[in-house]
Amino acid sequence: MEGLSVSDANLVVYLHPSTGNNVHKAILRELSSMLLRYNDTFEGIVLAYEFNILDKDAKILPGVHPYFTVRLKAKLLLYSPKPDMLVEGKVVKVTQESIHVIILGFLSAVIIDRDIREEFQYKSKHGKQLFVSRSHRRHVIKVGTMIRLLVKSVDEETLYIYGSLLPAHTGNIIWLDKQMEDTSLTDGSAKRRKGNDGESVMQEPSRISAETVSVNNDHHVKKSKKHKTQ
Amino acid sequence: MGVELRNNEAALDEMAEDGDFTDSDLVDHIRDILCSVTSGSPAALAENKDYERLISVVSHDGGHGADEEAFLVTTLEAPSRAVSCIDHDLHNLLLSAIFRMNLWTYRPQVMDAVIHFIVSLASSNGMFVDECLAMLTKQFFPPRSFQLPRGLTRKGQVLSRVHSTLNDIADVLPLSPARLVPIVLAATPQYRFHDINTLSVVMYVENMLKLESGALGEVVRIPMLAGMVELLLDLDIGWDDIEDDSSKGIFEMELEAVDKSTDDDLNDGSEITRKLSTKISGSNSFAEKLDSLLVLTFEHLESCEVGGRLIEVFETLLESFKRTVLTAYKSKFAQVIYTKLDIYEACQLTHMQSLPMFREMMENLGGYYVMFDTFFMVLISVLGLCRMSAVSYLASYLSRAKFLSASVIASTLERLVDWCSKYVKMQNDKVNPEAHRVFYSGCQAIMYLLCFRMRSMMDVPLLKSWLLRLPLESVLNNKLSPLEFLRQSKAAGLFMTLEKFEFNDFLESELSKEFGGRERLDMFFPFDPCLLKKSDRYIRPKFIFWSMVHPTYDIDEDSCDEDIGESVANENVDGMDYAILQQHYDLDEFDSALNKMSITPKNSLHSTFGGAVNKPMRMPSRIRPSTSPESL
Repeated sequence: MEGLSVSDANLVVYLHPSTGNNVHKAILRELSSMLLRYNDTFEGIVLAYEFNILDKDAKILPGVHPYFTVRLKAKLLLYSPKPDMLVEGKVVKVTQESIHVIILGFLSAVIIDRDIREEFQYKSKHGKQLFVSRSHRRHVIKVGTMIRLLVKSVDEETLYIYGSLLPAHTGNIIWLDKQMEDTSLTDGSAKRRKGNDGESVMQEPSRISAETVSVNNDHHVKKSKKHKTQ
Repeated sequence: MGVELRNNEAALDEMAEDGDFTDSDLVDHIRDILCSVTSGSPAALAENKDYERLISVVSHDGGHGADEEAFLVTTLEAPSRAVSCIDHDLHNLLLSAIFRMNLWTYRPQVMDAVIHFIVSLASSNGMFVDECLAMLTKQFFPPRSFQLPRGLTRKGQVLSRVHSTLNDIADVLPLSPARLVPIVLAATPQYRFHDINTLSVVMYVENMLKLESGALGEVVRIPMLAGMVELLLDLDIGWDDIEDDSSKGIFEMELEAVDKSTDDDLNDGSEITRKLSTKISGSNSFAEKLDSLLVLTFEHLESCEVGGRLIEVFETLLESFKRTVLTAYKSKFAQVIYTKLDIYEACQLTHMQSLPMFREMMENLGGYYVMFDTFFMVLISVLGLCRMSAVSYLASYLSRAKFLSASVIASTLERLVDWCSKYVKMQNDKVNPEAHRVFYSGCQAIMYLLCFRMRSMMDVPLLKSWLLRLPLESVLNNKLSPLEFLRQSKAAGLFMTLEKFEFNDFLESELSKEFGGRERLDMFFPFDPCLLKKSDRYIRPKFIFWSMVHPTYDIDEDSCDEDIGESVANENVDGMDYAILQQHYDLDEFDSALNKMSITPKNSLHSTFGGAVNKPMRMPSRIRPSTSPESL
């Protein structure tokens, strides 16, 4: 999925003297406070981290409380959804006016009716709400479906994504992938198969940026970004 | 808001007149109305009659007839399908009208409509999440007119909806529980106990606990429990702040409760008694709030036990105990705090006894180690004050908890003695109350523990021989001379060991003039009897009262440890720990000494041992004649 990246960061953590008996724990606590929040410095949401303490000696910050400064080299898994990215998520709620999606298990996204393309028609069957494509009856979006959507805007403070299903290459992932497979087979053109298990990575060629590293190959580490916290 | 509402009737009529809408027509209509709003100011509102009417319907909160309610429901359903048109700034009048709605005043249908709107709003736009959660949190408080037996159905209707809504929102917004936590904690009645009645406080905490045990528990458990502990602690402190003579307050209350009294407090007591009894009986008193909250907590812990998640809860409570309660030691009048610790006690108690797994652990001494380890860890930590209170918690807990087996106590006592004797070996110093106060409190704790538990340990032959081998001599009789110091300090008022025993004695039974005049004790034993009426039934069965220990020395006085006897033999007897000193007196004197420690009414503290034996029960304080203490 787009927007995921691994960053190498040089960090400086300031620890309260009371945490001196267990520095490792204190660092974990400090870094964990960044998790699942949008971080301006990293321009993304920190999903995971690992770190090495660079130096066994820590500098002491003069002041009322002699904080000590620990320098770290950390690897951060960042997620930075940006407008016009394609993201994938699981539908958790469907109403006539909106589709609610959860991305990566924690980010909420909503697609309001204006951003659902005309092709989709709202139906309520046996008490279950769903959107069905008028042209392809099998293209269905209901609770539990993995869908691909386009990011319209991101509210970084509340971690809220406003999405859109207007472009044709958005919708039910399984259906889209199957469609693509069929097309490529009939066209005889270059095959672009990816694992179709719903967790797959499928990116428009134009959208793969140099900075993006997919989850599936995160051993491929990007070294360019270096950050420092204050 | 500055909105002048038009006549509501007219507004309703006009909207109703607009005709026979189908649902989608109505939604479209509402959308049009919402989209036509171009400014959030009241001035713009006046130009937009439709919007104004919409607001007036929503904010109309007088009595509701069936028609009006049906109309309100329809009016609310429509915007909940048009939430995507709602703008945070443009429609702030409408939003604030809805956020002001109080579910408690509506019928279930309207509640559902409001709830539906709130869920749609929260899930449609990140900007509204906090406000929606705050609106729901506000429903944790019942309206002022609410009374319990009558409003029980209503309470169920509102709160079940609120909690299921919070879960619904969390389904769509996985991070919403994390946002909910600060909102709930900020709304706790922490700093406004004066303005709020007991029922509201209890209900709020009940809701916090419901969140803790609900689907969101995983995220909110720790902050909710910690918040509850802080609330209780604040209630303790607040109580203390209010009453100048808080020490008297507690004891007076106990006197009233058990309808026993002494003559000692007559001189200065009667007026205060009256004052306090009104405070305590008043429905808004801190004592009552604390009491009710403790009951609630006990009930919750019991339900956790039934649900099998006591261990998680216990761990959280232990952590917040370490952080909040232990460190609060010096900041308050000490005795009040014990009420809160009963939670931990109850926590320990309820579960360990009943869960088979824990019973086994208890036999292996493992179960309590978690807790005692905490105390010992604090003991060897750096913070002096924490260490002292850790010692006293340890001693007090071990002494008072009925369910602890002799072997658990013995092993912990051994650790304590061990710690003390190591401490002695490390020191070359002379008597120094300031520097060695942790050590002195350790000695104090050992003695306290022996007072309560010696008998039960003596019953076990193995433990008896072990007890006799304990290096008590080296701990109590050395260059730091704790006993010597304790005696001197009595005069100095620095370390109240000896009075401490008397104090405990009194805590259970009576008020003395001496006690009332005392500003603060440097050492306290937190698990002293709880005097709050309602929560008493939870604590009593698990509790060892001094009166229960009392027979120990009747029977056993000869067999009491000689080594202790020897160690204290050189000491001035006056003011010595009764339990240890008993063997120095003949039986009559000893009986009278025991009387002093028992829960039955007795005479003044400073009478000599033989002074007052077996006084008859005295009249209740209110009708007693005002005389000086008989014993004097």
